[in-house]
Amino acid sequence: MFILAKGLDITIKVLIGSAVFGYLVAFVAGFASLSRYGIIRKVTAVFVEFFRGTSLIVQLFWIYFVLPLPDIWTGIVAISLNYGAYMSEIVRGAIVAVPKGQTEASVALNMTPFQRMRLVILPQAVRMMLPEFGNYLIQMLKATSLVSLIGLADITFQAELHRSVNLNLGLQIFFLLLVMYFLLALPLIGVTRWLERISSKGVASR
Amino acid sequence: MRDIINLWDWDTLFDAFPSIFAAMWLTIGLTFACYAFALVFGIVWTVLRRIPIRPIYWLVTFIMNFIRTTPPLVQLILIYVGLPDVGIILGSITAAILGLGIHFSTYISEIYRSGIESVSKGQWEAATALNYTKFQKWTKIILPQAIPPVIPMLGNYLIIMFKEVPLASAIGVSGMLLMANIYGAKHLEYIEPLTIVAFFFLLMSYPSSLLIKRLEKKMNRRFEKKVGSSDNGKEVTAS
Repeated sequence: MFILAKGLDITIKVLIGSAVFGYLVAFVAGFASLSRYGIIRKVTAVFVEFFRGTSLIVQLFWIYFVLPLPDIWTGIVAISLNYGAYMSEIVRGAIVAVPKGQTEASVALNMTPFQRMRLVILPQAVRMMLPEFGNYLIQMLKATSLVSLIGLADITFQAELHRSVNLNLGLQIFFLLLVMYFLLALPLIGVTRWLERISSKGVASR
Repeated sequence: MRDIINLWDWDTLFDAFPSIFAAMWLTIGLTFACYAFALVFGIVWTVLRRIPIRPIYWLVTFIMNFIRTTPPLVQLILIYVGLPDVGIILGSITAAILGLGIHFSTYISEIYRSGIESVSKGQWEAATALNYTKFQKWTKIILPQAIPPVIPMLGNYLIIMFKEVPLASAIGVSGMLLMANIYGAKHLEYIEPLTIVAFFFLLMSYPSSLLIKRLEKKMNRRFEKKVGSSDNGKEVTAS
């Protein structure tokens, strides 16, 4: 377990990087898919469908060979674009789900479109997004294991390395690796539960 | 290897096409095999969780959560590389079916559960009141109502499975992705073969996701009507 821990920093770096950029992509693409300009909506739709329609591992290899990025950024870019595309649907869905009366009321209050989004729509929409965002965090943790395939020394990579010199220990090593991923996921599960509680509260959080 | 980034070349594209196209059938076949396994194994989880003994329920739920929150890639490697240590030697395709099948069966089982729970309590009571045997109750009352609403969700998982199957290339299943990587390693041209793979995935998963969306709408309408009519015309969405 301690030998595997050597790869922990890479796994966590990739996870945090993917999460930050993934949510960023999700919000940008989510807003863009609601743009008033048809061309922006269409470009966004192509982006989202492309990344949802092809599989993450294919995208990872594609980016690895096409974009000359440092390896760790290859992993972060691939995971964040892929999951950002999935999560943009959540952002879009949540914004659309805010009742129409809210928009009308803020227009009646003479708010600018920016104020309307920032003060009225988003605070309500974000609460609807939170639980799903938490779930995707766990999915992203699982996805970080893929970066071992492009040679990044994460915990899966370290496990394979360790196994290649201890050929009879494969079962133990990979089982410990699974336990390690589960332990990493536990706080994320906790975060998800917490987010679910926040968003199910009847009062606005602001 | 990575420094050699050639520009797009159409000849390479046509040269790489046949071997990847041939591998497509394995990818598709494997998808259906894994999916079938997950559908069946999902029943096992669902049945185990319905055993009315608390510790068994906790244990099964824990195992399911463990499988669900750990990477399928590692599970595949564990089955393919780890199991031979205890004398279980599996081919790469069998290992892939087992690994991906078990991983996704935990998700499928949740869908079954939601379907079963969506059958209203009155239906259970009515079946009991009519003196149905347990078998009759399930086959005649519960399952016919539990399964149709979840068919679109199950279909979604077929598409998700299709996109997860290239993971099996990591344990040497020669599907589209592995063939593309082999071609790339041989000719030092990765971009074209990988683009073909991406194109094939898009070509198959996008239309099927549209199909599922339409099916979902249709189902929603049907069940809304059914549920709504028994509920004083109130609109209730079957979930």
